[in-house]
Amino acid sequence: MTVSVHKKIKDLHPHEGLTPGTGLCAGCGGLDGLRLGLKELGDDFLICNAAGCFTLLSVYPFTPLQGSWLYTTMGGAVPAAQGVRDALDIRLRFRGLEKKEDLNVIVVAGDGSTNDIGFGPTSAAIHRGLDFIYFCYDNEAYGNTGFQLSAASPYGSATQTTPSTDVHEPGTEINKKDLFEIWKAQKPAYLATVSPREPIDLSNKFAQAKELKGPRMFICMSPCPTGWGFDPKEAQMIAKLAVDTGIFPVKEYFEGKVVHTVRPRKRLPVEKFLERQKRFRHLFEPHRHDEVIGQVQKRVDDYWSQYE
Amino acid sequence: MKTQKKIMLTGNKAAAWGARMAGVEYVPAFPITPQTEIIETLAKWFADGILPGKFTNMDSEHSMFMAAGAAGATGVRVFTASSSQGILHGLESLYTITGWRTPMVMVNVSRALATPITLEPDHNDVMSARDCGLIQLHAETCQEVFDFILMGYRIAEDPDVCLPVLVNLDGFYLSFTREPVLIPEEEEVRSFLPLYTVSQPVFQASRPMARASAVFGGATYTSFKLQQELACRSAEKCFSLVAQDFEKHFGRFYGLVEPFHLDDAEYVFVMSNSFATKGKSAVLKLRQQGVKAGLLKLRLFRPFPSEAIASALAGHPKVAVIDQNLAPGMGGITYPEIVASLYTRKDRPEKILSVIGGLGGKDMDDQDFMAIIEHLDGPDERTPLYLYGEKDVSDFNRLQQIAKWKGALP
Repeated sequence: MTVSVHKKIKDLHPHEGLTPGTGLCAGCGGLDGLRLGLKELGDDFLICNAAGCFTLLSVYPFTPLQGSWLYTTMGGAVPAAQGVRDALDIRLRFRGLEKKEDLNVIVVAGDGSTNDIGFGPTSAAIHRGLDFIYFCYDNEAYGNTGFQLSAASPYGSATQTTPSTDVHEPGTEINKKDLFEIWKAQKPAYLATVSPREPIDLSNKFAQAKELKGPRMFICMSPCPTGWGFDPKEAQMIAKLAVDTGIFPVKEYFEGKVVHTVRPRKRLPVEKFLERQKRFRHLFEPHRHDEVIGQVQKRVDDYWSQYE
Repeated sequence: MKTQKKIMLTGNKAAAWGARMAGVEYVPAFPITPQTEIIETLAKWFADGILPGKFTNMDSEHSMFMAAGAAGATGVRVFTASSSQGILHGLESLYTITGWRTPMVMVNVSRALATPITLEPDHNDVMSARDCGLIQLHAETCQEVFDFILMGYRIAEDPDVCLPVLVNLDGFYLSFTREPVLIPEEEEVRSFLPLYTVSQPVFQASRPMARASAVFGGATYTSFKLQQELACRSAEKCFSLVAQDFEKHFGRFYGLVEPFHLDDAEYVFVMSNSFATKGKSAVLKLRQQGVKAGLLKLRLFRPFPSEAIASALAGHPKVAVIDQNLAPGMGGITYPEIVASLYTRKDRPEKILSVIGGLGGKDMDDQDFMAIIEHLDGPDERTPLYLYGEKDVSDFNRLQQIAKWKGALP
């Protein structure tokens, strides 16, 4: 089930909860994803932030947000959200706080803290049924520290700590952690992957999540010009190719079912996505590594063969 | 002053009663020996509806302190408790929430740190949180545990302070020891500590704010850190005012430090927490033998009341600072702080000895205190003095034989 509230781009709310003028990189895909998401959620929000690129959203004395912000630690954003949610519930129930003072409690964290240091506390919060929205901007590495391997770095990508060498040709030799499946196993109230290149899909998913209670989890594909190595103006095209090649499945989990909400009609070969990024350049230059590219293609094909 | 009910309570139960009488609304918790009895007791009271609010079982101390701080920043009265490894695991969160400047009270039940892992107390755990900006009150008795929690909220919530307060009590020696504790009527507690009203902006929809934003540049960072320093320092005066008011309501007075047979003392033991009781007992026995011994008990440990400590110790010829902690390669942790407090005093003691004892709950007996007196009188200038004797060595040798230790490899 999807609450379809938007059909066209012009249906999206004109109001911005996240205004321009931040310290983030030009062409950051995750920033666009968060901007679109906040349009749906409205301004009565508090973001608990984990250390990462988005920590630069609020640098004293500025904030681009219409709602509230609390920087926490790298692994402590979700427990902070628990404390805020609990305190609001106590004040609503026992202290006469008016309902209109309530907040949407949101966690904003990168794939590094989400998959690694903040993973345990997040699992615990889903287990407790914490009423919150988790927004993971996934740029597939520790981006803010200069692009090192995270558990979300894909096979075949070069990072600063998994460089491609003669002995380790693919660069990253292990597969990306399947966060969607791991979170799904805990049966959150809502779980979706979103792409800034699919704004209608993204907006409708946030609109649906807003109406639900409990843990609502988002993984946002976040093309990263500085880390992935492409011109910022190509961010949307890269995001589109991630979907069109089938590398990034756009889907949701709700009431026990997984639905692919955007399906590439005919999947493009993965190299169309890979060849435009510096982190995969070693697969093409100085000579092609067909075996590595073939492995990437096979994984994508294997994934979709479950659903086609 | 109204009547107070006297009941037998362990240190842990006294802590739970302190939180209950303070009217705490939120307790995020994670179990650790020897603290667990505190959160079990509170969990039951929340489950029974005796305490209105919420008790949340957290997934680690790191998470627990984050939740506690965030709830404090959202405007409820928060209590939590931990111990030992839990303090270490949560240390990043402790630094974070003191920077958030959110009032709350937490209890640490002291337990020595791994490695080797053990259960009994020393103070390396609470000393590890020495520099994070917490206000620290160290308790000797179950009554102090209860009283310091009530006083702690008054200090933490003072608009000039706005910082978390940690009340320390020793594991086993106090956590599981029952003592008579005077519990005042709730009405009297409310007149001393009203139910929580916030004195700073808290998170709610009508009041969007960015908190704990990143800063660039050392000057901005320094501005925030100096504000924290001023707030923490202001807690010393705040403590004294709160202590006066506390005495008015409940008849018990707490100074920044506690002197015991100090006036004419030629030998002074500086101690803290439950082992101070052992020190006091030794002082009385030494006095019976004609030795003019006395004791200074540390109570407010952060902010460090340098003036009060220096004034109490100046003029006494021989002082032994007994640290129930060990910074390997340095010695006792409080020793240099006390020496620094006395440095500018013309009448500072002629000898200030550093003593390390009570590690991992190792008992301190009358012979130990006598050994300290002898060391203070003797020619041996080596420092620190370790309270670890011949018998301890032979006992350990026996254990090594059982473990079939073959000695160092060639």
